[in-house]
Amino acid sequence: MWIRKEKRAAPETGRACLILLGGMLVLVIIMATGMGYMRISAGDVIRIIFYGLSGNHGLIAGINKVFPYVVWDVRLPRVLTAAVVGTGLSLAGVVFQGILLNPLADPYTLGISAGAAFGASIALLLDIGSLGIYSVPLFAFAGAVATLFAVMALSTSGGTISSNNLILSGIIVAAILSAGISFIKYVADEQVSIIIFWLMGSFGSKTWVDVFITFSFVFIGFIICIFFARDLNIMSLGDRSASSLGINPNRTRITLLVTASMITAVCVSVSGIIGFVGLIIPHLMRFIVGSDSRGLVPASALAGAILLLSADTVTRALLPAEIPIGVLTALIGGPFFCYIFKKRQTAVQSG
Amino acid sequence: MEDLSFHYGRTRAVDNLSLTLSSGCFWGLLGPNGCGKSTLLDLMARCKTPQAGIIKYRGRDIRDYGSKVIAREIALVPQDFHVNFPFTVEEILLMGRHPYIPRFASPSSDDLQVVDQVMEVLKIAKFRHNYITELSGGEKQRVIFARALAQDTPVVLLDEATSNMDIRHTLDILDIVAGDVETGGKTVIAALHNLNLAATYCDKLVFMKSGRVVSQGDRDQVLTEEILYEVFGIESRVYFDEYVGSRQVAFRRRRP
Repeated sequence: MWIRKEKRAAPETGRACLILLGGMLVLVIIMATGMGYMRISAGDVIRIIFYGLSGNHGLIAGINKVFPYVVWDVRLPRVLTAAVVGTGLSLAGVVFQGILLNPLADPYTLGISAGAAFGASIALLLDIGSLGIYSVPLFAFAGAVATLFAVMALSTSGGTISSNNLILSGIIVAAILSAGISFIKYVADEQVSIIIFWLMGSFGSKTWVDVFITFSFVFIGFIICIFFARDLNIMSLGDRSASSLGINPNRTRITLLVTASMITAVCVSVSGIIGFVGLIIPHLMRFIVGSDSRGLVPASALAGAILLLSADTVTRALLPAEIPIGVLTALIGGPFFCYIFKKRQTAVQSG
Repeated sequence: MEDLSFHYGRTRAVDNLSLTLSSGCFWGLLGPNGCGKSTLLDLMARCKTPQAGIIKYRGRDIRDYGSKVIAREIALVPQDFHVNFPFTVEEILLMGRHPYIPRFASPSSDDLQVVDQVMEVLKIAKFRHNYITELSGGEKQRVIFARALAQDTPVVLLDEATSNMDIRHTLDILDIVAGDVETGGKTVIAALHNLNLAATYCDKLVFMKSGRVVSQGDRDQVLTEEILYEVFGIESRVYFDEYVGSRQVAFRRRRP
């Protein structure tokens, strides 16, 4: 396959890393499904999952009759949604960082998440049902794309986008949007509880519909990212080198930014705002598999799923009271952001 | 090139410019800051599209070529050599092979061989597995230049490609491209600020000012005191230097 075959020094490291991450993800999914108010052993979880897939009653002989319902109807949808959202946010992070040439970019710091949340809040406020289950994701997408272009327009001066302006603009726009969301909460009468509950970011009460919607969009996004992975690499040489190598920088940029916004929007619309996952994961993975997007994209996708699922499981099953997942990731991710920011500043000074 | 124009907003960067550059020569592109040298190179490399006029390459409109086809013909070495992410030097050079490698395919042994050769020639093989973000400015610039050489094109455009290198590396690089012009039949078009280096290496010179060509032709015909005054507004003396083996330009302090 295409995964880091080019690196002659260590051609197997990348692939081994992906296999390892894949194995870890499966393990975490099984463990997470077993944990909670009712503990289910890993073996039982595996048997219940295979029972659900095959319909063979022999597999669940001797297991508590409630367990299959707990696994299939309550836990798996939540577990899988958390994993897919983690994947999506990490992918969006890889793309935003790569395209905007800014290691601090992620859907949250660029205000894209806030934009998606604002769009979704409007949909919830107006109780738009005409588009069915797609109304919230669609509004979220519109909000995300509008925010993306607003932030880019704000940070552009003389045809070039400055990396630091970009983060500043993201924070400004996010602040305005948060105020907008507060205003929506203020004017919303009956919907206010729905909006607040949703904004806190939670994987509680997710259904298989959520899993399928998120999965299909994130999967499409993943395919697009892999397709453009090499172009994304070359974009880091700058526009002039990229177009001299036969890449249309503007088209690549727009395609990938819209893709990343789509992924962000669908993630935000199922889970609320979850910050910093898209920042941490690509960074860690760059340490391990290198900067080549062909390795970075799949590795981040897997690692994102592992991280967010683990975080969600911690809030759900280990902490005495469930705290919103968005709060937890911000508590871990915020200091991490500070660390990268500081490290980058010292790098600029010494270089 | 015929009647070429390109504007940034209302500023005309390249203004009704017509120019024919013969292949197999080392062309030097000279002129003051902001005279449109970089823009002209961008237009030739198809990084920008002219608002008016056409550029012909080997008799055909440059827009008729596919983007990967043209990338196998013309390479551009930009002034800016900043790379934000820790790619290894080898990875950067392999990016130069992009136009030769189909999507999803891995580089062939040819690609790897070209990369090895370029690293050998430019003496950067020892950095092969280093991250570009760890290198010094001059080293980075050599890697970016190597990336363009790995593209292995008959035409190479240099936009101040040696601005951050010390004199030894500058001479190394200019020696390499001049050698490629003489023995390999390459065409090099280099925007330069250093008039004496241009005089030493280039066969032909183009002087630009305010988006127009002031003068062009063989070095010994166009490198004159009058033209330097017209283009840069400076007094100078142009003389033949035996040590260099070509014309050189000397300047002096204008206030004692």
